[in-house]
Amino acid sequence: MTTATLNLAPKLSLVFKARELGIVIALALLVGVTAISNPRFLSGQSIRDILLGTAILAVLAVGQAIVVITRNIDLSVGSILGLSAFTVGTLLRDNPGLPVVVALLVGAGVGAVAGLGNGALVQYGKIPALVVTLGTLYVIRGITYFWAGGQQVNADELPGSFLAFGNATLLGIPYLVWIALIILTISGVVLRNYRAGRELYAMGSSPQAATLAGIRVGRRTLAAFTVSGGLAGLGGVLFAARFGTIDAAAGTGLELNVVAAVVVGGVAVFGGSGSVWGAALGALLLTTIGSSLAVLEINQFWQQAIVGALILLAIGSDRLVAARVAASLKKRGSRVR
Amino acid sequence: MFAKRGWDTAIIALTIVVLIVASGTVDNFASSQNFGFLVLDLLPIALVALPMTYIIVTGEIDLSVASTLGLSSAVMGSLWNAGLSIETIIPLCLLLGAILGAVNGLFVTVLGLPSLAVTIGTLALYRGLAFVVLGDGAVADFPAVYTDWVTGGSPIPNVLYLIIVLAIAFGLVLHATPIGRNLYAVGASEQAARFAGVRPGRTKFWLYVVSGAVAGLAGVLWTLRYSSARADNGAGLELAVVAAVLLGGVSIFGGRGTLPGVLAGVVLLASLQNALRLSDVSNEALNVVTGALLIISVLAPNAVQKLIQRRHRLLLPERTNAS
Repeated sequence: MTTATLNLAPKLSLVFKARELGIVIALALLVGVTAISNPRFLSGQSIRDILLGTAILAVLAVGQAIVVITRNIDLSVGSILGLSAFTVGTLLRDNPGLPVVVALLVGAGVGAVAGLGNGALVQYGKIPALVVTLGTLYVIRGITYFWAGGQQVNADELPGSFLAFGNATLLGIPYLVWIALIILTISGVVLRNYRAGRELYAMGSSPQAATLAGIRVGRRTLAAFTVSGGLAGLGGVLFAARFGTIDAAAGTGLELNVVAAVVVGGVAVFGGSGSVWGAALGALLLTTIGSSLAVLEINQFWQQAIVGALILLAIGSDRLVAARVAASLKKRGSRVR
Repeated sequence: MFAKRGWDTAIIALTIVVLIVASGTVDNFASSQNFGFLVLDLLPIALVALPMTYIIVTGEIDLSVASTLGLSSAVMGSLWNAGLSIETIIPLCLLLGAILGAVNGLFVTVLGLPSLAVTIGTLALYRGLAFVVLGDGAVADFPAVYTDWVTGGSPIPNVLYLIIVLAIAFGLVLHATPIGRNLYAVGASEQAARFAGVRPGRTKFWLYVVSGAVAGLAGVLWTLRYSSARADNGAGLELAVVAAVLLGGVSIFGGRGTLPGVLAGVVLLASLQNALRLSDVSNEALNVVTGALLIISVLAPNAVQKLIQRRHRLLLPERTNAS
């Protein structure tokens, strides 16, 4: 699909740009309508909350996008976030002097190890990613519960420097958002401009062709899952810094929002297309919907239903666009296949 | 051979071993009271696993079943509040489930979208609608006649008859009719099945309808069992169901697996959880067992097959393709 995009006509690339444009328009409409009905929506505190929420979701969505582009899926990210948050929480409670950077590294490390495990099971166990990560979703959450045993880490037990990190800003933008932006930029550039990134798309488009083309599929699969796990672990640290209170249930069910952000952001579940920018926009849209509903005083219960409807709308419209493009190519006698 | 055809036999044997060992070592496991609890616990998993087996055999998946169960339960609660009789509500809930399943089916077959993405979407949508319908409250005042029927019956719980009848029906259709053979054909190769005169799209559509209706029924029974209609009823159940089906030897790629194997998977999962709970293992630690079982159930046949191939190669170096 990607190669077709590259070779065939600006028309196609316009379509794919239009997908991200669609999210931006939806966002603008949502923000506009909400702000008109209640100007408090554009207050500093409200925007800050949206940005912080988006930052954590976007970090996880970037990792998920990388995995989904290779035609896999990682359902264990919510559990990895929980394990990492609890690990870092207890670590900081017991060692208040630890610098924040160490916390970030430990969290990401815990996640990366879990992700590597996922990748190894997928690659060497020859088990579909859906089954592996469904299993590790249970296993990792169970380990966290087992370890926590009902206790939780409270904000007053965490060192002040760590909580300050969750609130501090640089140039008026929270640290958490900076971290998300840096991750987004790096992964965006690697995926777009570097061989390692392009090979992930090749694997997602056609695994057999990628193997025949000499791409080291095993290594790339391991890397994709490790990155996804590492980012979910990092998300756990950000979660801990933002909320301060961590129990074993942290991040339960989050995988659904992460997959939703990725799918709404135009990353095709059959792999091979999409971008981390789209995934991040999807995360921003989902988070903004949550805040808008609260501001508009619409029943919060609608949120999940809207997320579901958005997923269906996104994958449905993607398919319709693809079908129309294929039809127009056929009419012009282009030989795509 | 063992890995390819015998995993369901192996899992049935393993289930029997677990049942015997648990009866001998875990206090109260073999009591008739606990047997009743065990049956009630495996009731929703067993019911939803029947159509899920069909769907996975055709190479698709339905992750929205637990949300359909929840929406059916929420609707049941609000219809009861509205003054309808249970006799009217039950068919309405089944119809609702069938319609929700049809929505899945249309997205998967008409639009040709991947079932994983579609049913993750409807997982969120249906659960959200359940909360929209009933909020986070509960409806609890269901007539005792019905709740007693679901929870009652000793030593053989009433609902066990229902499970057995449905399981036999689903088993016969899958293993003794052309419909069942067509499902395997679709799962093995959709294109080949089409050439052989099967209509994969139509087949899959109806599978989703059946899956939705059964999930609707599971919602009704869940509500009556706990005498509580809640929007979050059955949350997360889809994972247990998929785990049980895969544990029972159904290939996630489609085309392979048997219903007796799946039932053994359900019983294995439920009785392990039951035995561990009786041994004071925490509910949360059970998650580890479920997840690990799921991974092992897919890993083990692969590993065994590889071992067998290696042995073949050592014994018969001239016949390397003996698998």
